[in-house]
Amino acid sequence: MKEPEFGWNFIEDDGNAVVRYLEWEELPVNYAEMLRYAGIPLAAAKKGTPEDIAKQADWAVELIRGQIVNKIGYLAGNLTFDEDGFPVLPFPQKSENLKKNLKGCERFVMFAATVGAGMDRLIRRYEVADAAKGVLLQGLGAERVESLADAFNKVVNEEAKKNGYKTHPRFSPGFGDLSVAVQKDFLAVLDAGRRMGITLSESCLMAPSKTVTAIIGIERDS
Amino acid sequence: MNIREYMKDHFLFLDGGMGTLLQEAGLAPGELPERWNVSHPEEIVRIQKAYYDAGSNVVLSNTFGANSLKFDDEELGTLIRAAVANARRAAEESIGEQEKYVALDIGSLGKLLKPYGDFEFEDAVSAYAQTVRFGVEAGVDLIFIETMNDSLDTKAALLAAKENSDLPVFVSNAYGNDGKLMTGASPAAMVAMLEGMHADAIGANCSLGPKQLVGVMEEYLKYASVPVLLKPNAGLPRSENGKTVYDVFPPEFAEDVAELLKKGIRITGGCCGTTPEFIRAVVDAAKDITPVPLTEKNRSLVSSYTHAVEFGKKPVLIGERINPTGKKRFQQALREKDIDYILNEALKQQDAGVDLLDVNVGLPEIDEPSLLLEVVGALQAVTDLPLQVDTTDFTAMEAALRAYNGKAMVNSVNGKEEVMEGVFPLVAKYGGFVVALTLDEGGIPATAEERVAIAEKIIRKAAEYGIAKKDLIFDPLAMTISADTTAALSTMEAVKRITNDLGAKTSLGVSNVSFGLPVRNIITSTFFSLCLQEGLSAAIMNPYSVEMMNVYHAYNALHDLDENCMEYITYAGNLPVATPAAQSAAPSSKQPDGNDKGNLTPLQNAIVRGLKDQAGALTKEMLAEKEALVIVQEEVIPALNVVGEDFEKKKVYLPQLLMAAEAAKAAFEEVKKAMADKEDAGPSRSSFVIATVHGDIHDIGKNIVKLILENYGFDVTDLGKDVPEQVVVDKVVELHAPMVGLSALMTTTVPAMEETIKLMREQAPWAKVCVGGAVLTQEYADQIGADKYCRDAMETVRWAEETEKELKEKA
Repeated sequence: MKEPEFGWNFIEDDGNAVVRYLEWEELPVNYAEMLRYAGIPLAAAKKGTPEDIAKQADWAVELIRGQIVNKIGYLAGNLTFDEDGFPVLPFPQKSENLKKNLKGCERFVMFAATVGAGMDRLIRRYEVADAAKGVLLQGLGAERVESLADAFNKVVNEEAKKNGYKTHPRFSPGFGDLSVAVQKDFLAVLDAGRRMGITLSESCLMAPSKTVTAIIGIERDS
Repeated sequence: MNIREYMKDHFLFLDGGMGTLLQEAGLAPGELPERWNVSHPEEIVRIQKAYYDAGSNVVLSNTFGANSLKFDDEELGTLIRAAVANARRAAEESIGEQEKYVALDIGSLGKLLKPYGDFEFEDAVSAYAQTVRFGVEAGVDLIFIETMNDSLDTKAALLAAKENSDLPVFVSNAYGNDGKLMTGASPAAMVAMLEGMHADAIGANCSLGPKQLVGVMEEYLKYASVPVLLKPNAGLPRSENGKTVYDVFPPEFAEDVAELLKKGIRITGGCCGTTPEFIRAVVDAAKDITPVPLTEKNRSLVSSYTHAVEFGKKPVLIGERINPTGKKRFQQALREKDIDYILNEALKQQDAGVDLLDVNVGLPEIDEPSLLLEVVGALQAVTDLPLQVDTTDFTAMEAALRAYNGKAMVNSVNGKEEVMEGVFPLVAKYGGFVVALTLDEGGIPATAEERVAIAEKIIRKAAEYGIAKKDLIFDPLAMTISADTTAALSTMEAVKRITNDLGAKTSLGVSNVSFGLPVRNIITSTFFSLCLQEGLSAAIMNPYSVEMMNVYHAYNALHDLDENCMEYITYAGNLPVATPAAQSAAPSSKQPDGNDKGNLTPLQNAIVRGLKDQAGALTKEMLAEKEALVIVQEEVIPALNVVGEDFEKKKVYLPQLLMAAEAAKAAFEEVKKAMADKEDAGPSRSSFVIATVHGDIHDIGKNIVKLILENYGFDVTDLGKDVPEQVVVDKVVELHAPMVGLSALMTTTVPAMEETIKLMREQAPWAKVCVGGAVLTQEYADQIGADKYCRDAMETVRWAEETEKELKEKA
């Protein structure tokens, strides 16, 4: 599959937009990030004792080949604010932090990114078989889903720029005063259960565990 | 006409998409479509009538999300009754002259089941059962379970349908671009499980268009003997002027579907993006196509939640190591409920190359049903190999088969009436591939003829329960040649005759043949080779035996079962070679080893460097000369301290600390083995209860702390994750544990931690509590009343050591 297309013009003028789904076939691995998530700086991994962490990192990257997915579900729309200045979004919230983050924006893109259940299976297996490998795979999983979110964010940035807009830093439920409880509505809007296999536990934790949700505000670049 | 009758000679046409049509009719985003059955019956009837008019035989009731998680019982009943009445009215008002049926539509609960999620399997079965009962009362003709993207969730729904109705049940799964369900199952795995549980038709819907689903459909047609269904999307969605449009239109859709009808699909319709026009086009296109007759595919399959294993192609290796018989260390692990030990045994066998794992946890003093259920669940959380449920306890067998994610192998039935009457109903209900021992009330017959006769009897009896020959595998019993030198000949003859005369599969526990003889591997592996030549399909065996694996790989290469001999070449390349080089990889404890920490012993060096195999081998050697406790005190603990201190000084990091911990664990494992052999309970330090708090399913931090604490000899009881407050406290009271560790990763679950501590103070005031996890700080820990905040695993060890010391001083 080629690089997914992102069509800016799918936003209807009335802001009633459509959920879409993208899939990347493969994204390059950022080893330094992977190791950082696993709790070890890259430089230390190269010369530390025991010495073969770097080799194990290669092993982990090879192991997940073909076992993970790179799925994005997203919805873009026009952004309005209520009388108190809170953003009006498809998932109800009254978050001061999000209000601040989206200040001045005309549009938004909300998305979920997941690397799928296969990653969790491998993490489970190696956490039991070998804790060091388990930690490396945890690190790799975290890196994979962040890289996916970054790749999508980059596309949004570029599309925005082409159209005379600029983006704000992405903002995730669970960050600041935006409760993870909004995940329920957030994921429902994206039909993420059916279309992406993302489910929520009672305490609003997402499965697959290597899943990220976020919203990106888009402001006119004057 | 009854739908089961009608399906025999006709294509069955289903309806198309519902969601998009409801949105066009004005369903608001976020509004529950099921409520429209009552609030907008005219709209529902209009859409469904259009499908019947277009030629659909089956219309699904508008009940996709109608379940007890979304609606209370009263509303649920009302909505389902209204939905079925709407569909009935649509059928009656339709101008279509075809046979018309109403299906109860069931979609996923949207909950991820344990072990990956937090929802109980039995709770899912109950929720689906409620929907099924309302649907049956309302008078539907069949049950249609669809768009399921997880195999265990699918099993829960199918089980609920089967337990609460006699209606035909169709089961349809949603496959991704990779040709698998979102949680990993292949089409063959789903066919194995669903056919085993007697679904009436199986197949795929949603996610993709007919072209993208060709591969999935071909797999279904290859393995399934029941009718296969296809209900695809109108291709892939894209947006045009702000609207979702699909890229396949009715003529092309019908053409694509027609191609698949010619290949053998019997039931078809459409999903997202399809409209009555699509169905009309499909019905037209099918007019000139004769349905491909259903055939018995005779595939012998077992499955896990990812893949199926087929018997009768390559020999199937079944790992025998999860079994307490004759293994003191394993028995000890079972008594202590040391599940991790069992899991490690499973993963080692998987690495050694087995296809399946036999699971036997039977010990006289153990509650086998609950332990087997727990072990099967724990195994399925870490390994994707299919399992062979090995028990003589029918209650345990049922518990395991019911919860098993896939189609299990069942060990075993035999020719005794009582046993067949115990095992076959379970296999008929839950599915299974059954090992049948050729013995009966008269014992094990000496001759091949008599064993074949018992096999025939078993085949007849199984058929009475609807269990086909393809779901039986005969074990004609390997007996030792040390007692009777003709024993192997009889067994081989029986393998040959069951294979050729009965057309059935065979399996053997091959190692019995050499019982009582020296260097058993020579006899066992040669016997294995001879039996394979007679047609043996599977063996329950020890995968750590190089001789057995040699035979397996050589046989495949010689029988054209190994393309370009690639597997053999890889296998041979990894064989341990008895050369000086290999010896230097596991240096003797007496030889000095060059290392960067000159004052370390070889074992300490192996631990510090994280060399697992070497640490185990050196400990084993050392145990011949030194006391186990001395090794722990003088070798293992000092080595761990070296790494621990480096970790605290940030000279090494978490993965490195863990590599060392794993090496230390390998050393401990040897110590434990030696002690179990001597029936010595072993050294024990204070008991430490550890858990991830209620509501939190992150357990990596907790698992690391547990590993390191165990390294230091603490008696750790791990309650797992998402542990209710009272459960933690009860365990602490039961063990009178002096120390407790609680972990939480999310701010939302810290209140559960606080509550646990509060209960602890009331009911177990002696216990000291430390807390850890990403969101915690010293301040936070003080606030919720913990005794200590531990930043990481090493700090927890230091705290535990201090606390233990204080306790001893007090005593």
